[in-house]
Amino acid sequence: MRAYVIKRVFGMIPTLILISGLIFIVIQLPPGDIVTSTLDRMQSQGLEVSAEAVANLRAQYNLDQPLLIQYVRWIGGFLIGDMGYSYLFTRPVSELVWERLGYTLMITVSSLIFTWAIAIPAGIYSAVRQYSFVDYLITTIMLVGLATPSFLLALMAMYAGYELFGISIGGLFSPEYRDAPWSFAKLMDFLSHLWIPMVVLGLGGTASTMRILRANLLDELSKPYVVTARAKGVKPLKLLFKYPLRIAINPFISTIGLLMPALISGEAIVSIVLGLPTIGPALIQALIAQDMYLAGSFLMLLAVLTVLGMLLSDLLLAWADPRIRYE
Amino acid sequence: MSDVTINPAPAIAADLGTDTLQEISPRQLAWIRFKRHRLAMVSAGFLIAMYLIATFCEFISPYNTDTRNVKAINAPPMSIHFFDREGTFHLRPFVYGYHMEVNPDTWMREYSENTEEMYPIYFFETGESYEMWSLFKAKTHLFTTREGYIHVFGTDQLGRDMFTRVFYGARISMSIGVVGVMLTLFFGVLIGGIAGYMGGIVDRGVQRIIEVLLSLPTLPFWMALSAALPVEWSSLMVYFGITIILSLFGWPGLARQVRGKFLALREEDFVMAARLLGAGRLRVIFKHMMPSFTSHIITTATLAVPGMILGETALSFLGIGLRPPVVSWGVLMQQAQNYQVIVMTPWLMIPGLFVVLTVIAFNLLGDGLRDAADPYNTGGNRD
Amino acid sequence: MVDNLLEIRDLAVEFGTDIGTTYALREVSFDVPRGKVTAIVGESGSGKSVTANCIMRLIQSPGRITGGQIHFSPNDVTAYDIAALPDKDPRLLDLRGGSVSMVFQEPMTALSPVYTVGNQVAEAILCHRKVSKEEALEEAADMLRLVGIDDVGRRIHQYPFEFSGGMRQRVVIAMALVCHPQLLICDEPTTALDVTIQAEILTLIRDLQKDLNNSVLFITHDLGVVAQMADQVVVMYQGRVLEVGSVRQVLKTPVHPYTRGLLAAIPGLATKGERLATIASVVGDADLITPHPLVTLADGRQVSLPSDQLAALELANG
Repeated sequence: MRAYVIKRVFGMIPTLILISGLIFIVIQLPPGDIVTSTLDRMQSQGLEVSAEAVANLRAQYNLDQPLLIQYVRWIGGFLIGDMGYSYLFTRPVSELVWERLGYTLMITVSSLIFTWAIAIPAGIYSAVRQYSFVDYLITTIMLVGLATPSFLLALMAMYAGYELFGISIGGLFSPEYRDAPWSFAKLMDFLSHLWIPMVVLGLGGTASTMRILRANLLDELSKPYVVTARAKGVKPLKLLFKYPLRIAINPFISTIGLLMPALISGEAIVSIVLGLPTIGPALIQALIAQDMYLAGSFLMLLAVLTVLGMLLSDLLLAWADPRIRYE
Repeated sequence: MSDVTINPAPAIAADLGTDTLQEISPRQLAWIRFKRHRLAMVSAGFLIAMYLIATFCEFISPYNTDTRNVKAINAPPMSIHFFDREGTFHLRPFVYGYHMEVNPDTWMREYSENTEEMYPIYFFETGESYEMWSLFKAKTHLFTTREGYIHVFGTDQLGRDMFTRVFYGARISMSIGVVGVMLTLFFGVLIGGIAGYMGGIVDRGVQRIIEVLLSLPTLPFWMALSAALPVEWSSLMVYFGITIILSLFGWPGLARQVRGKFLALREEDFVMAARLLGAGRLRVIFKHMMPSFTSHIITTATLAVPGMILGETALSFLGIGLRPPVVSWGVLMQQAQNYQVIVMTPWLMIPGLFVVLTVIAFNLLGDGLRDAADPYNTGGNRD
Repeated sequence: MVDNLLEIRDLAVEFGTDIGTTYALREVSFDVPRGKVTAIVGESGSGKSVTANCIMRLIQSPGRITGGQIHFSPNDVTAYDIAALPDKDPRLLDLRGGSVSMVFQEPMTALSPVYTVGNQVAEAILCHRKVSKEEALEEAADMLRLVGIDDVGRRIHQYPFEFSGGMRQRVVIAMALVCHPQLLICDEPTTALDVTIQAEILTLIRDLQKDLNNSVLFITHDLGVVAQMADQVVVMYQGRVLEVGSVRQVLKTPVHPYTRGLLAAIPGLATKGERLATIASVVGDADLITPHPLVTLADGRQVSLPSDQLAALELANG
């Protein structure tokens, strides 16, 4: 097991290098850079900029150096926590990132838990009672959840909050707590706001997760080892949990890794609609303003998060399935 | 001797010890299974209808996308009547004009039916001229009114007919799904095939890249890439740009499946049997492997379309996908940026309804195809 | 005590499929005597496995038992009809793995890959008796030793994928025997194994049967195996019983044309160089589809034949 963990953890390194290179290329794609957009802005304000000042600016952002050097400086700084300076927010990128990353994580992890809490029992039920009324009902709800764009769900949640509870939903805190220091009351306020993005975000993932679990379980239910166990006299409920479910959950665990990117994707758009102070909305602002350091750092962090999620799911899988562990 | 076909039906019959089953070819069996999937049949019908509408949207819509009706700003959908207010039956359906009042409290326009104005609906009637498929000019519309106006889905804040815009939007949104999936298929099969064929270091390299691309959160990268599309690009170029971006993160999954399925098929007993019976390499691939393979690819492709449609909708909704004057469902949804829209002008959400219906239909169709294609399937799917 | 552990009468099973109902079993009747090996022989799809699954009530939707009885008399006082038990009857859980157990065709997939072998064998004990986990593991180890697994102390903590096919089948046999069932059903237990290992497993089953003196219902399509293993034979075809008798009767002097066909189709040294007989070439145009009732002949065997052929047979036998 230890050898497997070491192998997997070190296997992440080339993946991350590839990803960082890819991100660097992506953020280089838009025509122009910070300096040209700054110049545009200054010139539109009627300011004359000397060639020397332009060169200084370029040097300041390392833009006068070859791309490879720029990349190495960027990723090197990233490793020691120096992510550059956001001209859009006029603050160091790292400050912005730490501020928002926590909320992103909290929303993603809570929707992950929400997803499982709903998808696992629903998937089991609809596989065991295949073609029953409840199976159809669950499948239908899930299908609609899967088909509804997350921003539409977010809008509908806001509408429901407005109509049913008479509150306007949005943000993660009520105005009175927004700048207050953390306290129990603020925590409760936070939790009362958290559930909307959690549900909205979780619903899409719940649908696909449930479908996967249902299909896996249906596959496993017809396997010979289930019949063997039944022939052994194992009681029905124990049989279900100990035999087919135990194995159906394995490919399910490996989809956790794929659920992470989906959740982080969804989180971005849901946060934009609900106006949450997470990475998503800031990323889109940064992209539109071509704030390269900010956008690059956000993309990199999101990618690192998903790679970590994948790693976690691989390790979980190895822990759950002896066949992988002994490979 | 090498002409071995895989026929599951007699196998089933033999397993159950029966003489009541007639022999059925795999294709017939698949069709029987598909037909049993009533929802998949309904979905197929819905999608065919939608694609027909999308193809002929100029003819089916009563107006052009940018035609404005200043008498109807943010007006609700009209109901179609057969009985007038005296209760007299009219064979020719008609609509009532709008009666508009400004609510003195909210300063909002409020519309009601004006039973004074009756506008009969005429079919195959001459109306606004349009350019069919940008090829020739025509004036005949499926339905329109001779006087007055008809807004079956209401109008937006510029007084444009939502019915017209929803179906013009269908053309863009639904074609992006198909074009995107075709691109995905092309790259997926090509790269997956090359990796599988070359093997060795190429295969491992491609595997690694696929792994990396699959582990990326798609939406932020879609956002980053579409934000990089130059502003001065024409709408057509943006359309293809967005399509390419959408398929950029789609092919790795497909390539991996293609490769995996190919490797797995190569080890299947029936392929081995055909090879041992002396079937040539090409015969094995085309006669024995391709049938299992194509059904798998068709299913995967069908299930990939919804992702594309949802992706376009999300990007356009955020304002970094397609841009007006292009009309797509995502562009139309831009009008619904806050929940007040649901309260005040719920008909602006109609494009969203079509997105949901189309995505559901594609999912159901894909499920039906998958069940039909797998002769040994037990009701579950295998991913 | 009733001589027969199991008496099956007019058992019928149907499967509802996409394209109509299939009659998997029709009027199947035969007995399983105590302490003997009964073999069911037939080609694929003859209904032999379905019969076995019926005895343990393992038939699941879309299949269902539509008629007949399976009288089970485990001892002097208890006797019941397995076919008539409701699905949730506690006697069913007791029956499965307790008084009747089963060895399956596929040792590679008959064990769950995620639990150790010891865990899965001991579970059979824990399902039927109130003993501690340690005691159950102890007993499981004894049984594994009995079926010929070496180094049990270590092997018991290993996973099924660390065992070879033959070893796995031994584990499955141990699992089936660990509760000392009165009836062991073996559903083609050697089909998936190498020929040399087949012989070992067959010997093991036969020896264990002699030691434990339980009844065995042995399902196979291999008449050679029947000759080696069984005391009594049931010949099945298309969900019906065609002939029942002692091994000697059925293999030496088969009455039913189909049984003769089966025997003629066995390749032998004498037939070297000749074309193998097919069932069709021996049976000719005999009608195997129309069902006929099982009739008991003077020598005690039972056969299902049209009345004219039966009359001819009685005449020939005097």
